[in-house]
Amino acid sequence: MNAIVAEGLVKIYRSRKSEVRALDGLDLTVAEGTVVGLLGPNGAGKTTTVRILATLLRPDSGHAAVAGLDVVRQAQQIRRLIGLSGQYAAVDENLTGRENLWLFGRLYQLPSAQARRRAEDLLEQFELADAADRVVKTYSGGMRRRLDLASALTGRPRILFLDEPTTGLDPRGRLGMWDVIRGLVREGVTLLLTTQYLEEADALANTIAVVDHGRIIARGTSDELKAQVGGERIEVVVHARDDITRAVGVLTDGMDGDHTIDEHMRKITVPARGGAQRLAHVVRELDDAQIAIDDIALRRPTLDDVFLTLTGHAAEVGAAAGASK
Amino acid sequence: MTGSPARQALEDGLVIAWRNLKRVPRIPELALFAILQSIMFVLLFAFVFGGAIPLPGGASYREYLMPGIFAQTIVFATATTAIGMTDDLSKGILDRFRSLPMARSAVLSGRTLSDVVYNAGILIVLMLTGLAVGWRVHTSVPEFFAGVGLLLLFAFVMAWIGVWLGLTLRTVEVTQQVSFTVLFPLTFLSNVFVPTQSLPWWLKPVAEWNPVSALTAATRHLWGNPNPFAVSGLPAEHPIELTLIWVVVLLAIFAPLGVWRYRSMSR
Repeated sequence: MNAIVAEGLVKIYRSRKSEVRALDGLDLTVAEGTVVGLLGPNGAGKTTTVRILATLLRPDSGHAAVAGLDVVRQAQQIRRLIGLSGQYAAVDENLTGRENLWLFGRLYQLPSAQARRRAEDLLEQFELADAADRVVKTYSGGMRRRLDLASALTGRPRILFLDEPTTGLDPRGRLGMWDVIRGLVREGVTLLLTTQYLEEADALANTIAVVDHGRIIARGTSDELKAQVGGERIEVVVHARDDITRAVGVLTDGMDGDHTIDEHMRKITVPARGGAQRLAHVVRELDDAQIAIDDIALRRPTLDDVFLTLTGHAAEVGAAAGASK
Repeated sequence: MTGSPARQALEDGLVIAWRNLKRVPRIPELALFAILQSIMFVLLFAFVFGGAIPLPGGASYREYLMPGIFAQTIVFATATTAIGMTDDLSKGILDRFRSLPMARSAVLSGRTLSDVVYNAGILIVLMLTGLAVGWRVHTSVPEFFAGVGLLLLFAFVMAWIGVWLGLTLRTVEVTQQVSFTVLFPLTFLSNVFVPTQSLPWWLKPVAEWNPVSALTAATRHLWGNPNPFAVSGLPAEHPIELTLIWVVVLLAIFAPLGVWRYRSMSR
């Protein structure tokens, strides 16, 4: 059973001066109990997709169903089953954490006492109990995101939409958020999450759908996508230009010669089949061959690599930021 | 889990109103400056301009002024409503509300309700100020409350105009600018500060038919405060009825406009 089905979604934002085709025939399915990551740069159509599925926006054409209910005609029934958190659904910064959760619980139609208990549980679960009676304005970015996510959960949704849940968080906040999200997934929630980071989609999603210019251009597990991109690479910067040829010999030893050389930067890039183990091996080999190196790194494919491979153009992060609404 | 739709609409509206009012003491500057602004107008007009504004028959200018100040405060509060609405819109609170299984009407009904309560609070402070500078109610208790009721009814209408303005203009800065560009002439082209006798002939009817004038004249009439008119006719003879007509007309225009704006957010 699919929790989310979208077919041919089109959304065009019109203003007096311009027309932005935010979605251009987007198809998407999310099976119940799974996590799908929508991966793409700003302006690709991720947020618009989430807004349509969360009943905030009507598509110009195409259909979408959430839990088997039509997003336009049965919006109010869908709202009982979903939770939304992210860039555009906020908490009230002039209320305390506890007041926010009670407010949203009440609006999920919980009776007052039950809303109060639910708020209590969520504050505990999201490690906000100590800050429960502080005004949200005083919260750190990470706390605010956790409260935002908790707000989305007050109605115990079966389907959860998280729009860029870690954008703007520091690395520690991001890891904390990932743990929280993994916990929710273990409880069996269906999750559609958008992100600009391949790493994040990799860490959280079963399936990744890559979005570009309002369409899904690739879909698969992170391993499948990485395989398309060519997987991890090793980058070596040798100390002396004269060593480049010898270094390439060491690096491609026993492999097909799928390497690139940047003469000017003295940088050699080769596929790293075998990942970290291959890196350790290469380091030893270079040492044995007495080739001095300035830098060596195992580079994981990024969104840019995925985009470059799939579309032939780089992910225009930021370029279309204004159109992401 | 849920009762009838009407009950849900009422409960959700009250929850939203609770939320809006809860915010008032958290941003005390807002209410404080709304009150200070009105008090400043009281002081300016009572002590600076008032002496230069003769009332027909030599009546007390301060007694004339205070009902006008109440009406002006309520009209200016429209900007507060509008800014509150754009703030919720731009910070994503409205999106959160729209994703919840709550009554669709509640965001707007809650907002207009809380703004009436907010206005009532400010009115109490201003009435005390009025008493301090020499304003008195010369009629009965029921007439006093009838006047207060009219003011709050008008506040409800103005809140709907504020909702529409806020949802239409969409950013706090623009809303601030536009609100005052509209609200200033609306209050000054009236009998709020200056009796309409002094106006050029073509402005007199405009000022006297102005809904703000009607409200001011109605409360002056109900409280026995000086209430001079330059032109005879409906505004002079039936200010209460005229105010009620304005309430109905403005509500019939702006409540549907506000609802329409709110609904069209999903376009």
